[in-house]
Amino acid sequence: MDILIYGTINSVALAIMALGFALVYGISRVPNFAHGSIYVLAGFITWSFLRTLGLPYFWSVIITLLIVGFAGALLYQFILIRVRGMAISEIIASYAVGIAILEGLRWGGFRGMSYTLPVFAEGSVMIGGVPVDFHRIIMVLVGAGIFVGLYLFTHYTRIGLALRGMAQDERAALMLGIDSDLMAVVSMVIGAMLAGMAGILLLPLGNIVVEAGYNVLILAIAVCIVGGLGSWGGAVLAAFLIGFAQILTVVYLGSHYQMVVALLAIIFTLILKPSGLFGLQKQLEERV
Amino acid sequence: MSSTHRRKERIDRGIKVRTEGLYALMSWRELSYLTLPRLVLIVGMLVLPFVMPGMYWQKVITIVCIYAMIAIGFDFLAHYVGLVSLGGAFFIGAGGYLAAILNSSYGLPPLLTIPIATVLGAAICTLLLLPCLPLRGVYFAIVTLMYPLVLARIIEALDILGGTDGIMGVDSFASSWVEQYVAIGMVLVFVFALRRLVNTDLGLVFRAVKDNDQAVRASGMNISYYKAVAVFLASAMGCLAGACLVHIYMWAGISLFALDFSIIPIAATVIGGGGTIVGPVLGCLILVPISELLREFGTLRIVFYSLILVGFIVFRSEGIMVFGERKYHQFQRWVRV
Repeated sequence: MDILIYGTINSVALAIMALGFALVYGISRVPNFAHGSIYVLAGFITWSFLRTLGLPYFWSVIITLLIVGFAGALLYQFILIRVRGMAISEIIASYAVGIAILEGLRWGGFRGMSYTLPVFAEGSVMIGGVPVDFHRIIMVLVGAGIFVGLYLFTHYTRIGLALRGMAQDERAALMLGIDSDLMAVVSMVIGAMLAGMAGILLLPLGNIVVEAGYNVLILAIAVCIVGGLGSWGGAVLAAFLIGFAQILTVVYLGSHYQMVVALLAIIFTLILKPSGLFGLQKQLEERV
Repeated sequence: MSSTHRRKERIDRGIKVRTEGLYALMSWRELSYLTLPRLVLIVGMLVLPFVMPGMYWQKVITIVCIYAMIAIGFDFLAHYVGLVSLGGAFFIGAGGYLAAILNSSYGLPPLLTIPIATVLGAAICTLLLLPCLPLRGVYFAIVTLMYPLVLARIIEALDILGGTDGIMGVDSFASSWVEQYVAIGMVLVFVFALRRLVNTDLGLVFRAVKDNDQAVRASGMNISYYKAVAVFLASAMGCLAGACLVHIYMWAGISLFALDFSIIPIAATVIGGGGTIVGPVLGCLILVPISELLREFGTLRIVFYSLILVGFIVFRSEGIMVFGERKYHQFQRWVRV
């Protein structure tokens, strides 16, 4: 029962982490290697608003999301747009920006154990004989809310449909009058906000540390590769696969191996089925 | 606006055209046009240890060469074979740990540990990367980015190879002069050997793999084999660098897998000029001393490189070496359109 409940929670956490990366790659084909640093950045900005400015939690979260969304737009508009289509440069540029943010935070004194966000709600309940705290329940609910919201957004609004159109065929979308650069900016904004949201949801469970940025990036990439880069449904399924695999290794082997599981998942997926579980239509293109 | 009706025209210098054929041997002027830049590099590198003000800066030169070796490997893999490896630290770590084990557990002298660690380390790296070789572009980059991180984790978790303390008491080189000239000599050898290699038939296949791997496959050649050869060469350079590094620091630890070894070579390649093989060396000669000067700022220097890197990749993606080559071989003039 522990395994079932904590596996689900861990899987939802992974899915929330990976969603932003999957979305940006799916729409604009830009691997956003700054994903992990936006995650950590959001945590620190929220912390600053809460602790130094003393704003209420809700408003600091909203302002943080706006700021990271804006940061995502800037990142795309001033840097990534110039290297778009050159896979090597995209990776190096976004990774360099990510490292700059993370190491800048580290230099700015944000290290150690003293930075924690408060949980949304104190207390815990028993589910099937396992104590689960309210924050984790809220996290699962908000996560589910994000998925549903994103589904509705991409299926029933004009911008959402335009985004999906671009994800499927950029050239055709251009011919139908969809501004692909604008849509890429929009996708970057949403992706950055999702990364920020993930940070705000998950960071209260532990300390805010800079290293989390690298870990989140690795986990997000692991989930996306196993699920098939660019496939959102696949990413969610892969999050559950890796999430349960991690919890099982923690229970039976030890918590040191969590990251190793993610890497093995990537390597096996890439060897057996490089396009991932649900990347069918791109199979020919991506396989060599 | 008159400037809108002008454009820049680039024309090869006469001497460049003349020196391309056998006529290069006709006069001292043409001969020196060809050999001077190469001599400047060779002599410059060889003299460098003498002009450095002290022990500290001599050590910096060695470190420059260590980074240059990884950077050359990165440049070769990225621009001639099309495999972007973000994990320079993986090669360093493999070579470094092997050299440390061979030295401290089996008591071999540095003269033996370095070649063995180079070949064996390259073989291990190639073997570990073999499953990822069918991948390209983003996928290969992602996987190579993870290898050093995960290896460091595994060493931490299993507490093998000295765990978090590392392996101490590795022998040092006979003297600091040996140390410097081994590093400098290897860099020069690698630069000229690789520049030759990429113009041989093998190099042609490498470039073909980069440009259109399906066409290479259609010609009945095994792409994975050629990629494996290229990865072996690049990782051998990285492992050699790692082995030298361990003997210089007399210590091998998890910091061999540190981010510096992955990011500085990439930055150096971008700044120096990708696809020239010499460019990365130049980039390292610029970046590493700057990084030493900024050492007191701690992690801020990583921010600093990353920003330089972004700036170069966005605004001057050709790099210093390509720019210099163009100025050397061509002249520009404004022409009316």
